[in-house]
Amino acid sequence: MIKTLRTIVGIGIVSELPPAQDDTLRVREALQQEVLSVLGRALCIRHVDAGSCNACELEIHALNNPIYNIEGLGIRFVASPRHADMLLVTGPVSRHMLTALRRTYDATPDPKLVVAVGDCGCNGGIFGTSYATVGSVSAVLPVDVAVPGCPPSPVRLLQGILTAIRQSVGDRTLKAL
Amino acid sequence: MLSLWVTPPDVGSGAVHAALLVDSAVLLLEQEIRDGSERYQGLQELFPAAARMQRAAADLCGVRADAPDQRPWLRHTAWTSDEAPLARAPTSGPESGSAVDDYSFVRVAGDGVHEIPVGPVHAGIIEPGHFRFSVVGEKVLRLEERLGYVHKGVERRFTELDPLEGHRLAARICGDSTVAYSWAYCQALEALAGLQVPVRATWLRGICLEVERLQNHLGDLGALGNDAGFAFGLAQFSRLKEELLRVTESVFGQRYLMDVVVPGGVAIDPSADVIARLSSVLRDIAARVRLLRDIYDDHSGIRDRFAGAGVVTPELARQLGLTGLAGRASLQLRDLRADAPWSPYHALTPTPCIRREGDVAARVAVRFDEVAESSRLTRAFLSDLPDGPVTAPLALPREPRLAIGLIEGWRGPVLVALEITAAGRIRRCHVHDPSWQNWPALEHAIISNIVPDFPLINKSFNLSYSGHDL
Ligand code: SF4
Repeated sequence: MIKTLRTIVGIGIVSELPPAQDDTLRVREALQQEVLSVLGRALCIRHVDAGSCNACELEIHALNNPIYNIEGLGIRFVASPRHADMLLVTGPVSRHMLTALRRTYDATPDPKLVVAVGDCGCNGGIFGTSYATVGSVSAVLPVDVAVPGCPPSPVRLLQGILTAIRQSVGDRTLKAL
Repeated sequence: MLSLWVTPPDVGSGAVHAALLVDSAVLLLEQEIRDGSERYQGLQELFPAAARMQRAAADLCGVRADAPDQRPWLRHTAWTSDEAPLARAPTSGPESGSAVDDYSFVRVAGDGVHEIPVGPVHAGIIEPGHFRFSVVGEKVLRLEERLGYVHKGVERRFTELDPLEGHRLAARICGDSTVAYSWAYCQALEALAGLQVPVRATWLRGICLEVERLQNHLGDLGALGNDAGFAFGLAQFSRLKEELLRVTESVFGQRYLMDVVVPGGVAIDPSADVIARLSSVLRDIAARVRLLRDIYDDHSGIRDRFAGAGVVTPELARQLGLTGLAGRASLQLRDLRADAPWSPYHALTPTPCIRREGDVAARVAVRFDEVAESSRLTRAFLSDLPDGPVTAPLALPREPRLAIGLIEGWRGPVLVALEITAAGRIRRCHVHDPSWQNWPALEHAIISNIVPDFPLINKSFNLSYSGHDL
């Protein structure tokens, strides 16, 4: 126990500020505020692997590490699509995952956002369209934001997620007018 | 047995191939197949792992083995049983594959037995697959796996690519083993061309492979602590992993080492100072991991959950052909880096890390041992890195040939069998992940454990879906 505590204290807090290269990401509180203003609570994301090679998943995992600390921004990964506001979909959409992907989407309550992840999610990547793959997430679901990269870095993923939230704020403001 | 695959007769003269590891050599058996309706002798009696490989070969190539289980394996609904994607592209329309797969699972009958179906979409951020548990109370009587959800038509895709481009696809077969796959592919390609890769390049490849091993082990050790209810472990290990990913990026330009191994060598020649940085980061990480290992060892909750969970005895491991990391945790003394060293491992050979208990604790211990061994080895590679060029030009022969690449990745041996035509095209490229051997062992490991321990046991194997489903 002592060793555990000593390690915790010794290392301290390592979380970084959200990436500075994108101004929209600069201020942690503003970000959290934005999530709250859209949803009134934490943003809940359900990840769906629709044929990824698993490297995109590794970078999504990295979002949860103490450095990117995505939970600190008010964003959480959830186990059920029924609790989700957003689907984060990876892979060129293998035909064998089509049904599961559609069902997951249908089980997600409206309004919902869809973010397609990676070159595969954007346009099928190196796998393209074939007897086994549909070739992009947007061929199956309405996609709000697509994040290219192979795999996209955690920073890019975060930018994509935040862009989708922002866009939905924009949409709502328009509707209110 | 390393792998079994079929080249369908429709793309020239067909054959069924089995690659076996005999001492430190690969023995390749080949039986000619003239006509797709011919059956060949199944090997499942000698090598139980062959059963699924034969079923997959039937799905993809339309050539069947003489074996009791004739159910499809990789095929769900994207093509029909009369189609064989590796012989001819299926004529399926865009909507095919939307129907529901009606696979016939084995039923367990008896008082109080019920089934729990799980997946393909799981609760965590992991790959998709279906697990069917038959349980009494909380105890698992039987687990049956159903995989193939992320089948992407990889082997057919290879035949559409130029052989000099194939390494990019190989790098994306299983994202956590991108170095192992792209190296195995390039090894096969370089063997076809009779090319000797410059030494500096092979050393850099060795460094990449060890870094990949370290990245995965750090990730797994954190996740395993977390699955045992110790979130501290996840936080610490994922921080160390991130540190390693960042220094990896500074050395090779990539966090995950996609496309660093290229035909004839490596894509990047790192400078002396970034190499020194990598070395010092590795030393720090190894020291930190030693501390964390003490913490894990002292933690009674962790000990309780790890010890005795998901056992594969050495005897069962031998029968099933359990391989790689999981094999070494069940006394299977195989590590190709030591048994059949290729450059650079004949210059610096790692000591295989072996345990005999075959439980979660043993698979964790092997990872801890390998982190120490790999970081030592990588630093040795870094300090003695030879000078010279990092690529050599590669010219393919103008005759049909087959060559095999074999690399001990972090999970186990990755095999690539590459066949080219006289015109210099890829005729067949078979890729094999060690998960083929180890998935069936997971079905055994879970028996008599409780359902809530499945995530932990599953994670301790951490098998690939994408590398298996292809
Ligand atoms: S985009 Fe790249 S990393 Fe992501 S799933 Fe596709 S091949 Fe893998």
